[in-house]
This record gives sequence, structure tokens and C-alpha cells, in this order.
Amino acid sequence: MDEKILEIDNLTVSFDGFKALNQLNLSINTGELRVLIGPNGAGKTTLQDVITGKVRPTEGNVYFKGKSLVGYKEHEIARLGIGRKFQTPRIYLNLTVRENLDLACNRNKNLLSTLMGRISSGDKRKVVGLLETIGLTAKADLSANLLSHGEKQRLEIGMLVAQSPELLLVDEPVAGLTDEETENVGSLLLALAESHSILVIEHDMEFVRQIARTVTVLHQGSLLCEGTMEEVQHNPRVIEVYLGETPEIVDS
Amino acid sequence: MSSQVLSRSQGLKRQKRRKLMIEGVAIVAIAFLLLLLLPAILPEFRLKLLGRFLSLAIVALGIDLIWGFTGLLSLGHGIFFALGGYAFAMHLKMQLPEGEIPDFFTLYGVSELPWFWQPFGSFPFTLIAIFLIPAIVAGLLGYLVFRNRIKGVYFSILTQAALIVFFNFFNGQQKLINGTNGLKTDTEELFGMVVSSSPAQMTFYSLTVFFLVAMYLLCRWLTSGRFGRLLIAIRDDESRVRFSGYNPTGFKVFVFAVSGAIAGIAGALYTVQSGIITPSAMEVPFSIEMVIWVAVGGRATLVGAIFGAVLVNFARTLLSEQFPEVWLFFQGALFLIVVTVLPNGIIGWLRSWGWEKMQHWFGFKSYVVTYPSLETDPQVQQEKEQFEE
Repeated sequence: MDEKILEIDNLTVSFDGFKALNQLNLSINTGELRVLIGPNGAGKTTLQDVITGKVRPTEGNVYFKGKSLVGYKEHEIARLGIGRKFQTPRIYLNLTVRENLDLACNRNKNLLSTLMGRISSGDKRKVVGLLETIGLTAKADLSANLLSHGEKQRLEIGMLVAQSPELLLVDEPVAGLTDEETENVGSLLLALAESHSILVIEHDMEFVRQIARTVTVLHQGSLLCEGTMEEVQHNPRVIEVYLGETPEIVDS
Repeated sequence: MSSQVLSRSQGLKRQKRRKLMIEGVAIVAIAFLLLLLLPAILPEFRLKLLGRFLSLAIVALGIDLIWGFTGLLSLGHGIFFALGGYAFAMHLKMQLPEGEIPDFFTLYGVSELPWFWQPFGSFPFTLIAIFLIPAIVAGLLGYLVFRNRIKGVYFSILTQAALIVFFNFFNGQQKLINGTNGLKTDTEELFGMVVSSSPAQMTFYSLTVFFLVAMYLLCRWLTSGRFGRLLIAIRDDESRVRFSGYNPTGFKVFVFAVSGAIAGIAGALYTVQSGIITPSAMEVPFSIEMVIWVAVGGRATLVGAIFGAVLVNFARTLLSEQFPEVWLFFQGALFLIVVTVLPNGIIGWLRSWGWEKMQHWFGFKSYVVTYPSLETDPQVQQEKEQFEE
């Protein structure tokens, strides 16, 4: 129990009768880098929504370090130590890169200390260190809307890390990136995996091969299979789900 | 590598300090101009107009704080403006011998002072009420709206609906607040001075300048630093703010309340300088006009809010003196022009590239004609620095 950072227990989410997640069971160990794949509509993003408090489960429970997350609000879950990266980069476009990181790394996030508190030198040093990690040192004082798509993705990942979370949820971090940028993001995630537990959702199989150790496949809201990339690739049920249910038609 | 980063950020800091100094000098210079020079050269009537415009500029600051920085378009600031105005007017109405009540009550056969008038007999209470009552009303309204995550157009519509509710209440309650006639302050006395007399008006004018500077500094302080950046963050991407561990509700309620308080102060100063407060301060067009001032001057610039409010109101007086019927068309046209041609307002345009363009027009600076990316790309600059070492 204590080595599991995230446990999903018999989770069901239904929207007006449509079950986006259907009795899903899943667990992630502390320090693990897990990749979640699945065809469109498999419930990958809904799963993240439930973990981060945006959507309430219809049934079942989510445990973070043994503590149930159901009923907590988004900002409370973020403060517990779960950081979320969205599919498209969501950063504050009118602030500079440094200011983006600084807001995320602020330790006391209530109103009074944000208004009155001075920015500690520890926070400043942390931001400088993060700038180096995400490779944006030179662009620290540029407004974030001047960054390229890949740089924005890296900045958002940097903002997650600035929150000092224990678990990172990353939704399609390489969608729309060039090969070089994809590799940059990949090695960034691998570097972060040394000190964080990470759950990545991804479609890009090349990228999954680059970073994955364990892969989980979702299908229609339930767990289809789990294993190494090799195992998953050769699993007949996975092939069926991805290529369509009647391979004969593909042949003809 | 990191030492270079530090030296660059120190350079930025020095630049920032220099800018702050220039700003401080400019504020002092403008305040002196308004306080010493203009009263000497402007006729009394014009000065009184200017005083009214400057108090409207204070509301515009409040709107800029909530709309320009936090991205919440309030169409109900007339409520807070009027509440401040009514609070001050009620105090002035109470300057009577013991046992008497304001004369309009007798018209409606009211012989006893309504309970909520009682505390306004006290001057300190009134001073606090002028900003605290609007702040509380704004805070409550804001809490109900923001807690339910109502945003965007729905927020604007709700504030307008609240405005109409307040208007109808004040308009209909003759027995409580003199209904549609409002409260006249011109002939009342404060500290032995008739409110409309020139020494009293001069005092109110000076107070207006003082509060304009004070509110500007307050907004400036709120919008710089982490708090100000968080307001911009809420405007740009509220759910990111949430997932970063901030609860935006509290921040929004706070800013809305501060904005309401600023509008209350403006309302009180405006009332004594125009001599009357009526429910018409809560009419829908007036609150929309406030938004137009800010849009014309430039959102999220603060200076733009002040500039826009004074400019638009000055243009209104000028035009309606010459051609009384034209003003409304002009105002509509002005708004259209700003939205389509200068979406960032006048100050926003100056800040982004108008300044350089003007320097070019007057021959101080020539355009950069080469492809400038290499000169400005920080990555290239950093590599150059390393190479030269």
C-alpha cells in the first residue's frame, strides 16, 4: 500500500448514461514512469479529470498515497502534490517565462501571502535552476507568447515541476512537435522521472518506445492490458482494438 | 552561464528602477500641475468640470483593475459609484439641528428618520461607509457569482441585472431615499462651509487629485508583483491557475471588492462636485460609458484608464456645447474606432509600437529595415556573449 502513489479502485464515470470509465482498476508505484495509451474515446483524459478533481466519479475511488481524493477541489489536489499538464500548452501568454515559473513555484498560495509576501531567494534560485532544466535560460525574460510550440510545452512541464509535485500527469506532451523537439521533451521527462512519479498519456508510438517502461492500454473505459512495450505490441486484443474488430475487411 | 543570467537580470532591475523613478517624477509633476497651475489659470466653472472628470477617472481605475487586469467585464459599477455618492450625500443631508429631519421627508409624510439614516450623522462613520459599503456589496455579489464559477458574458449580464435592481430600488423608494429626485447636496453645509461655495469646491477638487494619485498608487501596487501577475494569469487561463494550486475565487472576490471601494470613493467626490446624486447614476448607459473610457485609454495600463476618462468626458462637454445632438453618435463612433483600429486603446498602442512610429514621423529615429530577428533573439545573443568571452 505505501509504495503505491496512485490507486484507482473500481472507478466508473458516466455522463448521462454513457460510461467514459467503466470499473477501472489501476495502480502506479512511487517513482514509476507509466504510459497510458488507447484509441480515441478510451477515457484517458477523463481519467486525468477525475484524478485532478475536475470530474467527480460516479462510483469507485481514487487514492493518492493512500488518501481518497474524491470531494477535493482542483486547487486542493494540486496542493497535495499532483501536477497536471494539459494537451495543448496552457501557460500565461502575457507573462514572461520567469514569471510563469515563479507563480507556479510560490509556496504559499493563499491571497494574503501572495499579496504581501516577498519572493524568497530560495524561490528565485529554484526558478533559475528550472529554467536551466527546461532549456529556456536565454528566453527567461521574454513574454511567453513569443515561444515556439515546443518551448511552450517545455515551459508548462517546468511549471508543473515548480509546484514540487510527487505525481505528474502529462497529457500528450509531444502532439504537434517536430522530431527534435519530441526528443527534447522525451529526455526532459526521463530526467524528471528520476525524482517524480509520472503518468503520461500519448498517441505517438515512437515516443512511447523512447520513454516507456510499463504501458497500460485503455479501451472503452476499462483496462485492456498492461505490460512492457513488447508485450503490449504483440497482444492480439490490442492489435484488434487498434486495427478494427474485423481484420478480414482490412485484407480485402 | 548562471552568472550571465544574474548580470542580465540585474541590468533589467536597474532599468526597472529607472522607469519607476521617471514614473514617480511624472506623478508628482502632474499632481502639481493639477493642484497649483490649473486652478490659477482655469475659470471656476471649468475647474469644477475638471474635478468631476478626475473623479470619474478614479472609477475608471477601478474598472481597469477588474476588467483590464483580471478580465472580468463589470457592467454594474454604477451601483458602487452611487452607493459612495449616496453615503456622502446622506451625511450632508443630516447637517441639521437636533431633532429635525431632512426636508424632503415631510413631502411624503414621513416624520421619523428611517433607521439606516441614523449612523450617517457621524462623520467618521460616513467616511468609512463611502468605501466599505460598496466593497461589501461588491464582495457579496462577487462571492455568489465567482463561487459558482460564472464567468465571461454571464458575469457581465449578472452585474447589469444587479445594476437594474439597485436602480429600481433607489428610484422607487421616495419615503426612504427621495426616489427619483435624488439627494441634493449643493445647499448643505459641511464644517460651516456651504458645499457649493468656492473654498469648499476647491477643497473637494484638491481631495479628488489626492485620491486619484492615491488610488493610482494602490492599483499600481496591486498589479505589480506576484499578486498582479496572478490577476493576469486568472485573465489568461483560469483553470491553469486552479491546477497550479491557487483558488481563484478568493482573489476575484477581493479584486472586485477593491474595485467597488474605489468606485465608491469616486462617487462621493463626484456627488459633491456636481451638487446632486440621483438614481440616474445607476442607469445602464452610464456604467457602459465607464467601460468605454477604459477601452479608449487602454486596458490594463492604469494610465490609460485615467487618460480615457478625462479625454472622453472632455470631448463630450466640448461637443455637446457646440452641437448638443451629436454627442451620442460621436461616442458610438469612438467606441467602434477603438475596438476596430486600436484594440489596445490609445496608451496600449503607444506602448506597443506607436511611440516608435511617432519618433519616426518626427525624424528622431529611422526604421529598422533589416530582418531584426538575429538582433533580438536572446538565444543568439547568449551564444554571442559566450563566444566573445
